Amino acid sequence: MSLTLSRRSFLAGSSVLVAGTTGLPTRARAQSKPIRIGLLTVKTGPLAAGGIQMEQGTVRFFKDRNYTLAGRKVDLVVADTGGNPAGTKTKTQELVEREHVDMIFGPLAAFELLAITDYTAQAKVPVLSLAAAEDMTQRRPNPYFIRASATSSQNMHPLADYAAKELKFKTVITLADDFAFGHEQMAGFQRVFEDAGGRVVKKLWPPLTTPDYTPYLAQISGVDAVVQGFAGSNPLKFMKQYRDQGLKLPVLGGGTACDDALLKSLGDESVGLISCSAYTGDLDTPSNKRLIEGMVRDHGNIPGLYAAGLYINGQVAEAALEKTGGKTDDREAMNRALRAVALTDTPRGPFTFDHLGNVVGTFYIRRCERKGDKLVNTTIKTYPKVSQFWTYDEKWFLAQPVYSRDYPPLKG
Amino acid sequence: MKRLALAAALLVLATLPFWAGGTFYVNIGSQILLYAVFALGINILVGYAGLVTLGHAGLLGIAAYTAARLLNGGYGHTAAVLAALALTLAAAALFAALALRGSGSGIGFVMITLAIGQIVWGVAYRWISITNGDNGISVSARPSPLGFSLASPAHFYWATLVVFLAALGSMAILVASPFGASLRGTRDQPRRMAALGYHVWMIRFLAFLLSGLWSGVAGLLFLYYNQFVSPQGVALTASAEALLMVISGGSGTLLGPVVGAGLVVIMKNVASAYIERWNFVLGAIFVAIVVFMPEGLVPGAARLWRRATARATVPAVAPVPAPGEGPAQ
Amino acid sequence: MSLWLVLAVNSITLGGLLFLLSAGFSLIFGLMRIPNLTHGSFFMLGGYFAASLIEWGLGFWPAALVSGLLVAALGGVVERLILRRLAGAELAQVLVTLGLSFMIADVCLKVWTGDPVRIDTPPALQGVTSVGSFAFPTYRLAISLVAVAFAVALWLLMDRTRLGAMIRAGVDDPDMARVAGIRVSRLFTIVFCLGAWLAGFAGVIGGPILSVYPGLDQEMLPLALVVVILGGSGSLLGSLVGSFIVGFLYNFGQAMFPELAYVVLFLPMLLVLVVRPQGLFGRPAV
Repeated sequence: MSLTLSRRSFLAGSSVLVAGTTGLPTRARAQSKPIRIGLLTVKTGPLAAGGIQMEQGTVRFFKDRNYTLAGRKVDLVVADTGGNPAGTKTKTQELVEREHVDMIFGPLAAFELLAITDYTAQAKVPVLSLAAAEDMTQRRPNPYFIRASATSSQNMHPLADYAAKELKFKTVITLADDFAFGHEQMAGFQRVFEDAGGRVVKKLWPPLTTPDYTPYLAQISGVDAVVQGFAGSNPLKFMKQYRDQGLKLPVLGGGTACDDALLKSLGDESVGLISCSAYTGDLDTPSNKRLIEGMVRDHGNIPGLYAAGLYINGQVAEAALEKTGGKTDDREAMNRALRAVALTDTPRGPFTFDHLGNVVGTFYIRRCERKGDKLVNTTIKTYPKVSQFWTYDEKWFLAQPVYSRDYPPLKG
Repeated sequence: MKRLALAAALLVLATLPFWAGGTFYVNIGSQILLYAVFALGINILVGYAGLVTLGHAGLLGIAAYTAARLLNGGYGHTAAVLAALALTLAAAALFAALALRGSGSGIGFVMITLAIGQIVWGVAYRWISITNGDNGISVSARPSPLGFSLASPAHFYWATLVVFLAALGSMAILVASPFGASLRGTRDQPRRMAALGYHVWMIRFLAFLLSGLWSGVAGLLFLYYNQFVSPQGVALTASAEALLMVISGGSGTLLGPVVGAGLVVIMKNVASAYIERWNFVLGAIFVAIVVFMPEGLVPGAARLWRRATARATVPAVAPVPAPGEGPAQ
Repeated sequence: MSLWLVLAVNSITLGGLLFLLSAGFSLIFGLMRIPNLTHGSFFMLGGYFAASLIEWGLGFWPAALVSGLLVAALGGVVERLILRRLAGAELAQVLVTLGLSFMIADVCLKVWTGDPVRIDTPPALQGVTSVGSFAFPTYRLAISLVAVAFAVALWLLMDRTRLGAMIRAGVDDPDMARVAGIRVSRLFTIVFCLGAWLAGFAGVIGGPILSVYPGLDQEMLPLALVVVILGGSGSLLGSLVGSFIVGFLYNFGQAMFPELAYVVLFLPMLLVLVVRPQGLFGRPAV
């Protein structure tokens, strides 16, 4: 087992050395101080799949830019949180207090983010995360938080619209992991689906670590379709057991249910699954092509949500830094620049941010299909300019309780 | 000699914020100390009572959640702390009564404490109206006991140091006391103790209460340090990690749990920055400890020290008496 | 009505898988008094080995047997080099088996990455078996048969063979057994290897249902513990009955009491332990 240095601080050391020994004027010397970006990710334990991809996507971006943004070198510091809140807090403190980072990419999970949000807001460190917790950009917003991916429900709203209006489903049963991400996803689906005339008959919540879904699968009957929002390794387990039980109802899924990076592990049981995601591999933009080629070359697998999401974070940081002229000392200005970013050539297509720091962008409905010996997700419909509030009025939306296990309540 | 070493150690600990090299390391120090308090509490059962427990994170969690709820409900810190400790003590009494059934020790005790810990975790996860589920509960402010604000890392460290010293001191008193002796008696020879008239169940029960109390104290430190509590802090891995701290450091010793806490905290939080496969290395360290120092780091190191110093002073060999000249049999 | 039938059948099939998982643990703990906390890691490792073997062209059943052997070999090394010196040192056994599980989990993460790995159901057992108007997954039915076959085989081993008699003697009184000429240490290595083989084999058998992924070891170990504790350690019959009981608790508990999903196994285990600490079929602690 080799010991690998997980920080690339030799760049920092060498650039400081160069600046110190060449007698450059002070301002230029300050410009040659590297930008320090911290990545909070999970590299050990059950969440490692997504966490490893986050690092791959981040490194892919910086390699594409030769570790240089807005004329300054970039120092990337990668921290392994272990997937638990206390560890995340410690690593965040390390990034802020010991590594003096200018901004943080990550963390991965909502519960990790919630443990550090007060701390990072106080330290005025911008956080660019994929963690989908709704209230981070709704009722308890962190002014230094930017999310370029989606809230838990942001991709479920269009999915529900598609299910009701195009697939003409009237009744569904939902199944998702029993934690906040699962609750918020299904709540979002339910609101739009029922406003379009459909009905969610039952909501089932298997615990996050459930080896056998049969007790839940056995309760599925009498509906038009099944909506699932499993994450991590659970989608594979669930779909296999779903087919094994002989269930044939159409399955709709959230972003993590049929993520592109998971396709290499999925098989015939997932063919036909319709999912809605912020990212899709068949989007034809130059940056997406570059990302996919680079990932396949370096890691032998196509990117999914996590890798693409971090690549996009890199693009957001780059655009913001170009706006501030490469300066990172004025945190407020950098934060404003981050939130003002509007891009078109990204792996997820065009997007902007709303005033709460959450993305407004295109979401893709894809169907999982078999092409030869591989599985692919083929885009069948796009919903452009989707915000976290869907078509609802923002004030009205925020006045309702946050999406949760029991809200919206089941009808009847 | 020992007094000098003790005083030196105290001085080093007390001045840590000045020489540690940044607030990050001061915070690591606070973490080591608070987990040391937790491990010391568990050691009462594991080391001195011979009862292996895999559920004490449940008690830590009960204290943390109680305090968190009360603080967010508008109550002051004193009320929150006292209520948390009282509730934890009551829970410890209940858990002890359940766990000490039947033979009261062995695999049954481990499994009952495991089951209880898992049940507490399940409640923390599921009872969203009380615990907020996996989103956890945030606490906005640290207390200011006697006007001394604990908001800064250095101040919090000193407060934790005081609590840690109190815990260590009370362990020392416990070990030296008649109760401590009878506790170790129930670990080594439970039937003989019962035959001698000792109430083995009551001794173990009181030990459980004491360990529960310190777990509650650790829970409060945990909450105030992180300013956040979530079901992850109550999970089986948390209990198992604390148990590993005790065993790797040396159960049944005063400093073993402290050293174990230092080992695990440093590996998880500091070494993980330099060693990508730190999980593997931590596991390998545990295996190495068992192979080379199965009694734990502290007793093992003491053994090596004794061997090294004994070699330095070779005793003169007494002449062997000739046959027939030996002392009368 | 059909819900209950599906749940009942699944209780039996899940129980079959649980028996294969926990038989090894029960053997090792019951006979050697070692709480082998690496058991979950052995299960997961068996699954990973088989996935790679199958990818390289081996069939499902040969892969299952070979993976078991690979895990057994690892178990043998662990027992001879490390666990042998730790007889009776319960805490050291806990520390070392947990330490090994960290190491194995990390190696698996490095080699097979964090993505879940699929093991396809053997083609002959794919699909459903129809009984009247009901359909049950064929593979799961097959697992129950495999479990029963192994239960019978293990019982025959313990009860009817000389090896089994030696093992039982070595458990009841190791010193007397040594005096009688039985090589107890070699016996214990055999038992540990057998237990590890069962765990690895179970990991492959479970693969088509569970897939293999990081964290599988930590999910399965508590299940094995619950089965062994409920049924009584050291009793093969106890493990079998315990497996089916856990299967029923799991299926009906989750379906009927979704609020209690997290405690549906541990609450009954707690009740049994409080009332009868040796489990349903175990011998009372000496």
